[in-house]
Amino acid sequence: MNEDPVALLPELILLLGAAAVLLLGSFLPRQRQWVARLVTVGLLVASAVAAAVALAGADRLVFDDTFAVDPITATARLVGTLSGLLVLGILAEDVHGDQRESEQYVLLLLAVLGTQALAASNDLIVLAVAYLLASVPLYALAGAARDRRGTEAALKTYLLGAFLGIAMLLGITLLFGAAGGTGYGLLAGVDAEQQPVVAVAVVALLAGLAFKGGFVPGHFWVPDVADAARPGAAALLTTIPKVGGLLAAYRVLDAVPDDVVDWPLLIALLAALTMTLGNLAAFGQDSARRLLGWSTVSQAGYLLMAVAVAGRSELALPSLALYLAAYAVTNLGAFAVVAALPHAQRLAEYRNLAATRPALALSLLVLLLGLVGTPPTAVFVGKLTVFAAAFEGGFGWLVVIAAVNTVASLFYYLRWLGPVFAREGGAQAAPPQIRPVAQASAIAAAAASVLLGVGAGSVLAWAG
Amino acid sequence: MLDLLVFLPLLAAIGLAALPRLPDTAARAALVAVTGVELLLALGLWWRYEPGGGVTGQIAYQRQLQWIPSVDSGYHVGVDGLSLPLLLLTAGVFFCCALYAWREQLRPRTFAVLLLFLETTCLGVFASLDLILFFVFFDLSIVGMYFLIAGWGHGQAARSALKFFLYTFLGSLALLVGFLALFAGSDPHTFDMVQLAQDPPLQGRPVAGGLALLAIGLGLAIKTPTVPFHTWLPPAHTDAPAVGSAILAGVLLKMGTYGFVRIAMPMLPEAWRSWAVIAVVLGAVGVLYGALVALAQTDLKRMIAYTSVAHMGYVLLALGAAGMLGGTDAEARTVAVTGAVTQMVSHGFITAALFLLAGVLQDRAGSYDLGSYGGLFSSAPRFAGLFAVGAFASLGLPGFSGFIAEFQVLAGSLGSAPVGVVVALLGLLVTAALFLVAINRLLLGEPGSLSARVSDLRPSELAGVVPLLGLALLLGVLPRPMLDLIEPSARVVVELVSR
Repeated sequence: MNEDPVALLPELILLLGAAAVLLLGSFLPRQRQWVARLVTVGLLVASAVAAAVALAGADRLVFDDTFAVDPITATARLVGTLSGLLVLGILAEDVHGDQRESEQYVLLLLAVLGTQALAASNDLIVLAVAYLLASVPLYALAGAARDRRGTEAALKTYLLGAFLGIAMLLGITLLFGAAGGTGYGLLAGVDAEQQPVVAVAVVALLAGLAFKGGFVPGHFWVPDVADAARPGAAALLTTIPKVGGLLAAYRVLDAVPDDVVDWPLLIALLAALTMTLGNLAAFGQDSARRLLGWSTVSQAGYLLMAVAVAGRSELALPSLALYLAAYAVTNLGAFAVVAALPHAQRLAEYRNLAATRPALALSLLVLLLGLVGTPPTAVFVGKLTVFAAAFEGGFGWLVVIAAVNTVASLFYYLRWLGPVFAREGGAQAAPPQIRPVAQASAIAAAAASVLLGVGAGSVLAWAG
Repeated sequence: MLDLLVFLPLLAAIGLAALPRLPDTAARAALVAVTGVELLLALGLWWRYEPGGGVTGQIAYQRQLQWIPSVDSGYHVGVDGLSLPLLLLTAGVFFCCALYAWREQLRPRTFAVLLLFLETTCLGVFASLDLILFFVFFDLSIVGMYFLIAGWGHGQAARSALKFFLYTFLGSLALLVGFLALFAGSDPHTFDMVQLAQDPPLQGRPVAGGLALLAIGLGLAIKTPTVPFHTWLPPAHTDAPAVGSAILAGVLLKMGTYGFVRIAMPMLPEAWRSWAVIAVVLGAVGVLYGALVALAQTDLKRMIAYTSVAHMGYVLLALGAAGMLGGTDAEARTVAVTGAVTQMVSHGFITAALFLLAGVLQDRAGSYDLGSYGGLFSSAPRFAGLFAVGAFASLGLPGFSGFIAEFQVLAGSLGSAPVGVVVALLGLLVTAALFLVAINRLLLGEPGSLSARVSDLRPSELAGVVPLLGLALLLGVLPRPMLDLIEPSARVVVELVSR
């Protein structure tokens, strides 16, 4: 038995902290809920520090080999907690004074915890529990605004999550039967005779992870939530679950022998479908948030490329880790811009932003071009390494599709940037009302996306 | 010193961007001063240039820093006889454009920021010795030019800028796929240009090498632009501001042709030899087609844009001929490559001058329509004189740089691609005809409806145009120093491609 609670310190901090914030919030008067926010920041920082300290340790399996502590887990821990901090900045003005302010901080902490557990689980049962832990907070957050559209989005997310979660449980049951146990280590033992069972199981399992990762066929909830939930919640829902979902997919698929089930090809096809669908759907969008929602779907497609070459290329895991970090900071930054301008919903309402709010406009430029993959931002380096990994893994055709998709994506990001830098109207128009904390988050995210791109070498070094 | 050359404009741009209250005059002065220092720095590099290490035996001023070690890509810069002429060209064109833009009224500070940003990206492309670094600058130059066209253009500027962005971005992504193929094919995996040229990947694998060349060639052909990938060029030029057009034609197009000499030929020699005939055909067709279409234009800027297509055709013709080993010797191929590089520099100076002159018409009368003008020799003699000089330089009159370049291209290609040379000669005739027609319609005859509005060149415009044409003349009369710089590196390229 290898029960060492210290190995799960980053998770335990969040778990106990979430309970504490819940209690704390119940006893704090409405005007003093900022204490709960401060505690949440402290918890996320503490968890991140604990995760960073744990980097020094060797890879190991703990708690009867059900949890892994390795670069995959470390990526989820660091990206999850740091994204959580940025999300706090984005939703600061959203939830301030809300009746359920501290509850939303609890949900945020639990969502980060769920994502970490998803990535860390090395056992199918734990994976199922982590799936629930990572999903339930999302349903509540999606509908936190308690308006008609938010409720609809929450319901849709819940139904899809429940349905795909059951498919995932089915897959887990079948794998249990085929492998004779639930540990990932046993999955290597399945042989070619079991191919039909294992194939069905892998597909069913992937359904649940597709819901978390926001890739085809579990992507339907993403654009709805992005458009209907509050910007802060939308930012969280399109970013943090993806981290856990994709890392969990990486870990579990890497354990399945690809000569029994050709999952690399399946993932490659899903990747191609996801990025193409996300891009095509984003073309016609007029709402900035729905456009971002579809753009996150297409980004999930690029991310899947790294999963497809798990175990085939040395670059697969480092590139996935880097791209996830890059995607998280860039996507959150774009949502922060949306949150900073509460009165701008349509793309046309961003007209003249460059003249009235130059810093915010410049951040949006860096972030959206970053999502395209323009150097030297972080997503560029992420894309480059993911493409290189896919090439090494023998998926040259997928790289070509991804490159074409990248060009296509430029079009709709430019549709947004066009009004921002449009000249007509002049600078005399009154600057739009903004939310300062969200704006600061957007600027910080833009700066971070460039810094992460320039300093990508060191990030890749430890993830490798 | 090379790092300073590349990044000084960027630093200046950041400084200017951080000072929103700066008076317009100070911003203009800063632009002229920084681009002037850049030109001096570039000349200093040439002065102190001593061929050094590296696979070409010619690379100097190298610097190597790690960036993404896990894919062996880093900040690796250096110059040799292929890149130094283009660095000089870039610094020269930007300085002249800065002088010309002295009177820019629309947001001069932002304009200066953008121009300086663009200068860093252009210099960076030519100085890069790492494929990813090359791509970074290549991509950012597109972003910079997009904003220059969209923000300071006229007519359907937003639309043309979008087309330019999407089309050239497609090219850059094709380029990236090709780079990844080179990366995956090399052993050990690397993006370093010097290593890739030393030990070319995908040798003996004709299909993989051909596909890699297809991706890289497509990317570069769009940028150059080569027929039939040139359709983004005329609208981009027509709606771009004069300075934008001058930089686009003078510097940005060279990134494509430079990529052929720097990347495609040395790193995929076998594939280049197998498919050289395509380069020859596209080049020769480009020369003739570009000239014929230019002849049919009534819009001055579109006409100059199509002559650019023709002039870039010579470069491709020469580079293709350098890859055909039959019926020729290394000396002839060296002449062809030298001619190609000379043509890049020569075309940069001459076309930049012509586009700046065309901008004068837009500034005064708001139209490029050749039919609306006439008799400008009497009403605007300085404009007319300089335009005539530019036109003669562009059609390849002896005494100008274009003649030196095109003569070498044709002489060097004759042995291996005689048919291509004959087609190109036809194109040369058409080019001569079209410039004479343009001079006739614009400068001679009765004044047209808009002629009265064309006042003569202002001092800032003179200061921008005269040095460009002066350099074209200098290169034509005294070509030896420049050729001495290019020839050794051209010889190395010929050796590399015949491996």
